[in-house]
Amino acid sequence: MTLTDDKILELLKEVKDPEIPVISLVDLGVITGIEIEEDHVTVNMTPTFIGCPAMDYMKQDVVDVLSKNGIDNHTVNLNLKTTWSSDLISDEGKRALKKFGLAPPPVHNNLIEDLDIIEHAECPNCDSTNTTLKSPFGPTLCRSLHHCNSCGEAFESFKPI
Amino acid sequence: MTEEALKDLLYKIADDLLILGHRNSEWTGMGPLLEEDIAFSSMAQDKVGQSLAFYSLLHQLGEQEPDTVAFTRNADQFHNCQFVELPIGEYDFSLIRHFLFDHADYIRFSMLAECPIEEVAQVARKLKGEIKYHVMHANTWIKQLATANLEAHDRLQNSLNEALPYALGIFEPSKFEKEIIEAGVYPGEKAIEEQWKENIAIVLEQANLNLPKWNTIKPIFGGRYGKHTKHLQPLVEEMSEVFRVDPTADW
Repeated sequence: MTLTDDKILELLKEVKDPEIPVISLVDLGVITGIEIEEDHVTVNMTPTFIGCPAMDYMKQDVVDVLSKNGIDNHTVNLNLKTTWSSDLISDEGKRALKKFGLAPPPVHNNLIEDLDIIEHAECPNCDSTNTTLKSPFGPTLCRSLHHCNSCGEAFESFKPI
Repeated sequence: MTEEALKDLLYKIADDLLILGHRNSEWTGMGPLLEEDIAFSSMAQDKVGQSLAFYSLLHQLGEQEPDTVAFTRNADQFHNCQFVELPIGEYDFSLIRHFLFDHADYIRFSMLAECPIEEVAQVARKLKGEIKYHVMHANTWIKQLATANLEAHDRLQNSLNEALPYALGIFEPSKFEKEIIEAGVYPGEKAIEEQWKENIAIVLEQANLNLPKWNTIKPIFGGRYGKHTKHLQPLVEEMSEVFRVDPTADW
């Protein structure tokens, strides 16, 4: 088979975030580039949060998927050349987060000045924005804690960063 | 600029993050309420991860492996400011330290994001986004608690008064200060300090906390040159206890 960037991206759609197993690394925006040189494939990745313990697993999963598909001649780089932003999450990724029960991050264009941006996150259960921010830190580095005043559910949000 | 000057800068940043990250983690399971327990634990995880990014840069410059650097030095080989090694105390002190330190680091990383050394700028750009949440978290709690009741206000005021001399120690100039500024790496400690004073004053005023006149506060220096309080060595020993059981173990 002739390797193309699109084919590699299609294969990598199989790799999910181990802590949010409904979103692929491609939709999460952590795959920042694919380079193909003859039969050698380079995949570049960037971390969501620098202390995220899932990053090493994600990198290994990418290696495994490439190998499983017969692409043994590969290099997978995890670096900071591209700074990850939640704005890189695809629309499909945002839909998957919401279905999973995580409010997707609002688009911020690097203009986060204070916590107002997540003060009234949209409840993934009932779509209400009559919600209260409980804490900007949640069970993983990328999540915040909220309470919905409309349906009474507690929920988490993927933080805009 | 010499490599020695750059290493000195990276070491002090990394050591601050590692030591404060460790201190923050002492709130895990002990926080005054669940959300704060999680917040300090998350910030601990962020900071230890951030320190690893700087130890990795140092490793690229020929220093030892990050784990070796983090776990095999003695207290007097650490370049962190004394502020971050102080015990967590009560929650009001930890909150004030978190507020004062993270405001400074946010400015530091904003400046280093423009650093001509691309590897350093990349890490700084990444960290800036993360530290912003730490700063926003601190601002929210300082304002909420200080305007809650008299006891909360007084506790924060006392902790602030106690913390400020140490906080000024964050900006202890390095012996390479001039060299680093001339090389355009970042505008230097004095520049961070000036901006920091402006930024914290705004929040403290909103919180009704009194900021004493700066010329009445004597900075506590020494940390950047390996002079530490009695609190650092026990911390380092605790932090490295598991590592030292079997330094060759593969985790």
